[in-house]
Parts: sequence; C-alpha cells; structure tokens
Amino acid sequence: MKTFTVSKAVTALMLAGLVLLPLYSQLSGNIFILTLFTRVIILALAAASLNLIMGFGGMMSFGHAAYLGIGGYAVGMLAQEGVGSGFIQFPVALAASAIYGLVIGALSLRTRGVYFIMITLAFAQMAYYVASGLARYGGDDGLTVYKRSDFSGLINLSNRTQFYYLCLGCLFAVIVLIWRIVNSRFGLVVQGLRSNEQRMQAIGFPAKRYQLVCFVISGMMCGLAGALLANNTDFISPAVMYWTRSGDLMVMVILGGMGTLFGPVMGAVVYLLLEEFLSQLTEYWALIMGPLLLLIVLFGRGGIMGLLGRLNRG
Amino acid sequence: MAEPLLRVEKLVRRFGGIVATDNVSLDVASGELHAIIGPNGAGKTTLISQLTGHLEPHSGSVSLGGRDITYLPAYRRCALGLARSFQITSLLLDFTAADNVALAAQAHAGHSFRFFADARKEKGLRDAAHAALDRVGLLHRADVLVSRLSHGERRQIELAVALASKPKLLLLDEPMAGLGVTESQGMVKLLQELRKEVSIVLVEHDMPAVFALADRISVLVYGRVIASGDPAAIRANEDVKRAYLGEAHVVTHHV
Amino acid sequence: MLLVVEQFLNGLQFGLLLFLLAAGLTLVFGIMDLVNLAHGSLYMMGAYFAATFAAWTGSFLLGALLALGATLVLGIVLEMSALRHLYGRDHLDHVLATFGLILFFNEAVRLIWGPAGLALPLPVWLTVPVPILPGIHYPAYRLAIIVVALMVALLLYLGVMRTRIGMLIRAGASNREMIGALGINIKLLYTLVFGLGAALAGLAGLMQAPILTVQIGMGENILILAFVIVVIGGIGSIRGAFIAAISVGMIDTLGRAFLPNLLRQVLSSAAASTAAPALSSMLIYLVMAIVLVVRPEGLFPANRR
Repeated sequence: MKTFTVSKAVTALMLAGLVLLPLYSQLSGNIFILTLFTRVIILALAAASLNLIMGFGGMMSFGHAAYLGIGGYAVGMLAQEGVGSGFIQFPVALAASAIYGLVIGALSLRTRGVYFIMITLAFAQMAYYVASGLARYGGDDGLTVYKRSDFSGLINLSNRTQFYYLCLGCLFAVIVLIWRIVNSRFGLVVQGLRSNEQRMQAIGFPAKRYQLVCFVISGMMCGLAGALLANNTDFISPAVMYWTRSGDLMVMVILGGMGTLFGPVMGAVVYLLLEEFLSQLTEYWALIMGPLLLLIVLFGRGGIMGLLGRLNRG
Repeated sequence: MAEPLLRVEKLVRRFGGIVATDNVSLDVASGELHAIIGPNGAGKTTLISQLTGHLEPHSGSVSLGGRDITYLPAYRRCALGLARSFQITSLLLDFTAADNVALAAQAHAGHSFRFFADARKEKGLRDAAHAALDRVGLLHRADVLVSRLSHGERRQIELAVALASKPKLLLLDEPMAGLGVTESQGMVKLLQELRKEVSIVLVEHDMPAVFALADRISVLVYGRVIASGDPAAIRANEDVKRAYLGEAHVVTHHV
Repeated sequence: MLLVVEQFLNGLQFGLLLFLLAAGLTLVFGIMDLVNLAHGSLYMMGAYFAATFAAWTGSFLLGALLALGATLVLGIVLEMSALRHLYGRDHLDHVLATFGLILFFNEAVRLIWGPAGLALPLPVWLTVPVPILPGIHYPAYRLAIIVVALMVALLLYLGVMRTRIGMLIRAGASNREMIGALGINIKLLYTLVFGLGAALAGLAGLMQAPILTVQIGMGENILILAFVIVVIGGIGSIRGAFIAAISVGMIDTLGRAFLPNLLRQVLSSAAASTAAPALSSMLIYLVMAIVLVVRPEGLFPANRR
C-alpha cells in the first residue's frame, strides 16, 4: 500500500467497519444489524468465489447459487441423519461442491459465450428441481437445521458474535486465497485464457484443464458459503438455489467491480443494504431496484471499484 | 541425409468442394530457413493452421523431429518445440509485455498447477522473459501493457513470445504484415540473427525480405506446391513467374 | 393405451408452447445477439393481459386477441426504450439489465394485479372433451392449443423461409454485418423482430393461462426450459428450436408420467417413489448434457462464430 487511493481508503474503511460491527451491535443493543451483516458476509463470500471465475477467469456462470444449496444441504442432510459434527459436515460440503463443479464444469466448458451462461443456468436449475424432489429432506418446503454444526467446543456457532467472526474469518481467508491464486502461475494462466485463449493454446497451455480446476475451486469456496448460510438461517430449502439467487450473486460482483479483489464484498454490502433500505421504504422495492440495475449496466462501467478509481484520477 | 526437422507429407484439406491444401509435401532441415510464398488465396494460412494444430487435415501427415504430430492439439505441439507467431497479432492485450513473454516461458517450464507463489516474482521466468524481450530489442518496454504498444512493437512481442518457449522450429506467419519500411528492415535484421539459432518456416508477402532470408523457398498456388528450391532457382522458374504475373493481372483487374 | 395417447398429446401441446417461447428467444439471440431474460416476463404479461381483457370484454377470444396486441406493443416499447441500448454490449450486461427488468415486471404486476393469482376461465365450448380416436377423448382446449401453435409455427416457417423480411432475418442470424451492408433499416428490423418475439411469448402465456393459474413468476421456470431448447436447437435456428421444443415437451411430459412406473419395475417401490420425481425433473437436463457432449453448438447451429 504505497500510494493512497480513494478505493483503498474506502475498502479499508469497509473492512474496519466489518471487523468492529459486533462491538457496535453490543453497545447499541442492535442485534438485528449483526444478523443482517452475517448474511451480507456469507453472500459476499459467495460473490467473491463467483468473481474468481467470472472476473478473473472470464467464465460467466449463471448457476453459482447451486453451490449455496449443495453446501447448505450437506449440512442440513447430515444433521438430519444425526451427524452433527462440523468437522464432517464442512468437508462433505466442500467435497460435494467439488464433485458437482467437476461434472458441471467439464460439460459446460465445452461451450462458450451465451451457451456457457445458459448451460450453467440450466444445470443449477436442475439442482434446484432435484432438491425440490427430495421428499425425505423436506422437498419444496426445505429442511430445518435443528442444531448448528458442532466444532467440539472450538467455536460455538450458536453464539452470534462467534458465528459472525467465523464467517468474517472465512471471507478474509478466501480473499487472501484468491489474491494468492490470481498472482500465481495458475492464476496468470487462467487470466491469460480470459484474455486470449487461442494465444494461450499456441504457447502450450491446455485451456480447459486450467479453467476446469478454477471452476472447481470457485465452486468449493461457494459451497463453504452455503454451509455457513444453512447454519445462519438454521434452515435450507431449494429456494437458495433458485436462479434469481444466482442472478443476485452476479449483480453483486458486477456492482462491486469484476476482477477486483474487494469489489464483490463491496457489491454484496451495497446490494443487500440497498435491498434492505428500499424494502423498508416501500413494499414494492423491486420496482426501483430493477430499473436501477438497468441504469447501472448502461452507465456504471467497472462497478463501484471502477467509480472509486475514476474519483481518484479526476 | 538426416531426418528433417519438419516433414509434411501429402497433406490434403478440403473446404466443401474446394481443395485448399492439395497434396502438399515439404520438409525443413535443421537450421534451415524455409520460406513459403504464394499469391493471395493460395492456401498458405490453411497450411499453417494444419502445422500448428488449429485445423485437422483430411489426409496426409505432419511430423516433427521424426514424431507424428498430425492430430496433436496445438498445446502439445508447442511442448514438442514448435512455436508460432500469428499473422494478425494475437497477444494478451491486458497483460504487460513481460507477462506475455513470461507466460510462454512458464508454459515451457512444465505444468502451471501452482496456486500460491507469486509467479511475477519467479526469477527464472522473469529472466527468461527479459532475455527474449532483449533479443527483439524491446527490453525497455517490458512493463508496458501490450494494449499501449504500437503495431510494430506488438509484432516484435509476437516473436519474443515464440522465442521464450525455446522452440526447435519457429513458424512465422507474415511477421512483416503491416510494418513500415524501417520496421521491416529491423525485422529482417532480427530474423537474420535468429536463424542462426533456430529453424524457421517463414510465410511472407514481402518478396525482397523472403529472397534475402530464405535458404529454400516453396511456392504455393491453388493449394499445390508448384516449385521448391533455393532463391535463385525460384527466381528463374517459369511457373512461378506465370503464377505471380497472373496474380498481378487479377489485381489490376480488380482495381 | 388411453393414457399413452393422452400423455403423448400433452407432451406435444407442451412442446409447441415451448416452441412459441423459444422461437422468439432464439431469433433475438441470433439476430440481435441479445440475451433476454425478460422474455419470460413477456410470457407472464401475455397471461395477465388475457385474463384482464377477457374479464373486461366478457369474451375469451376477444380478450386473447387484445392481449396478443398488447404484448406486441409492450415488446416494441420495451425494445425502443431500454433493450435497444444494449445491442453490441457484453452478454453479461444483457443478463444483468434484463434481470433488472424481471424484478421490475414482477413487482409491477404485484402492484397492479395484487399478489394473488388470476384465473382465466374458458368458454363452455372449449371445455368439452372431443373424441379423437374411437373411445378416446381429449379436452377441446388443449386440442385448440395444438392447432393454433402448429399454425403459428407453420406461418413462422413460411414467413422466415419465403418472405423478404424472413430472408433478412435469416441473413441476420447467420451474418449480422451483412444486413447492415445491404442498407436495410436495421433499427426497424430489430424492433420488429423483438416485437414478434414478444407477441409469440405473449401467445404462449395467454394460451397456457387457462390451464395453470396466472401468477407472478410464472414465466421464469418456463424460461429456463426455453433456454435449454435454444441451447439444444442451436442459437438462431428456428428449425432447431422446433425440434428441440417438441423433444423437450415430450421427454418432460412422458418422463413425469411413466418414469415412476418404470422405476418401480427395477427398484423397490419406496426407492422408486423417492427417486422418480427427482429423476424425471432431471431428464431434460441430462438430454441437454448429452447433446452438448456430442454437439457443443447445438443440433442446428445457424451461425458459426
């Protein structure tokens, strides 16, 4: 951090705010804000994972919410079957996400462009219907998670503050991981493929292999978000996989700034707070949100991070 | 005679009813600079695409260093020592010149499933990139985004990228395309240097450059090799004269 | 036997409805290169318009005709006010902007018509069962859907294959620069194509309305199916959309009807009743996966880019 820029300052401010939030909640007695921000952080984690493939990898997946469901159902189903240990639930959530990502990615990456967008969307919708068909696990109505993941005393997920910091810790860990990946050999290859696949093939990189691995890593990160989400809501239902949820994640990424490290976090915070604010303002908040998205697309290139960057230069 | 570095045998590629590559055979010896010339639409690009693995032939074979590579994908050929430049500059525009070249070096250095260490701080890769950039005289532009470089500079980066994978054979698809006179002269000079180190297949329209550089020239017309030999022989060849006269005729006709 | 014929016709009817939806989608994709998620909203609007106009006029047919016109106008207004500005932009921009439009439409419908669904009652003459084979009856309305959709498909085919405008559309689907080079008023052509797509979606929606309830979000699930069809058929291909739509309609309907029984023969009854609903809803996606493995560009790729 040699030079001061507006975007760095805003990012630092936001992160500090996230770290200190439980303190504020405690002092003001506002419990709601802690619950709200736990959700924000979990979805920021999901958005950050989507940004890895979308922003850095150029893979426009419209089915990312599927992993939220897979991670969530891994926790919910295991809990229902009497396996309450987080040391089992979370690895299973990651493994299931990896397997789904591997299969769906291998198929979807055969296509490109609009086809890729639609294929990932369709497969996620398939996952949604499969979950709706799981009669044993609540089907359409979903599944209540009666007991949060048990980490044998290491951390208590039922404690609001501890759970908040667990989610925040996961978010930071994932962002650090993405930062390392993006600058690694692997990350450069993936970004090179986004930029010019033909060139990368010509200098000797088998494109699909790298893209698939990136797709799987991103899916596992989002699966983690799903496992946290199920714990946060004590409930999992097919609705978290519905395609509009995938759309929400995309909006967060783009709103914040694709291909930037903290953009998705910023996007998640702004999007969810805006939703919260508008829904308090009017029952028909989507009437404003919808056209707002249209305007952002038409005039807001580069998202919030892009905007902050311009502020700095201007 | 020893096994040639590149051997192309009876290559055939059709597009619908058109035979774009018609029983093309040619070989490139180690250390040779072999130029392929021909009028527009002679099938040069189609031939190159089959050598690089972007297009599969309908019959015939391509072998590199005695190994059959006819149906290998592009990235495998590269690993075997075949590097190429593109006719229309094809680089990673949002990467710096050094990053472009370093990626080629990285590809050459084995797989890239390394997720944690900062690749831009790997000395080996950076050194290789800088050496290749230095080779084409662009070291001072190493940290500039390719999108900010001039056309001529990008042509040189193309070459540096190809060099960085330490190829046995360099396939240059019109390296002079779109260059000004001085830039072209610089490129010829550079190729004259490079040919001492690596075998080259050169596809080019710039005839003075071709005749100045080539050990051997193959002339492609309507997908067929109509003549192959050293520059003097090609200059004297009647078929070649007719083919080029024909093209000149057509061109004036169009204008 | 009775069941098989009935399910077969149901599948055909569903497939034809899907075709109406997918045809507009694939044309807009192929010609304007626009990913329009809000296509499902137009389907929903068709249904809401029909229910409203039918209630006003007291006539089902009149209501349907008015609704058709209304979706056409809505489509044209939508294109001219918003979507026109998205041509040539990144696909991601399309996805986002039209995602915003879906939010808007859903909310607007909730504001205007309320959160509860509407019903579109059929006139009596369309509710009677019609004998189609000796001893086999089929609801007249479903039969009417099949006839109308087939006629529209035929008209569309003739229109695209035989008329001047159709030629332009086909030219546009395979090579966008070309129609510009021909000096055609592209803006107008685009608006017309979008309006046509909107009207087709509206037609699908209003015809489906009496069978299902008219409700918010009704266009979203079926939109995904339309996407699957476009992917299977190949972007920009009407013929591909038709074949894929009929196949998807059939596979989905027949799968849901007969898969449980088939599974029961190989699995235990309990296992079969658990697996059947999940499996039958997966069926078309599996088909899509297989098509993609064999032909990544769909069955009939109209443009090679």
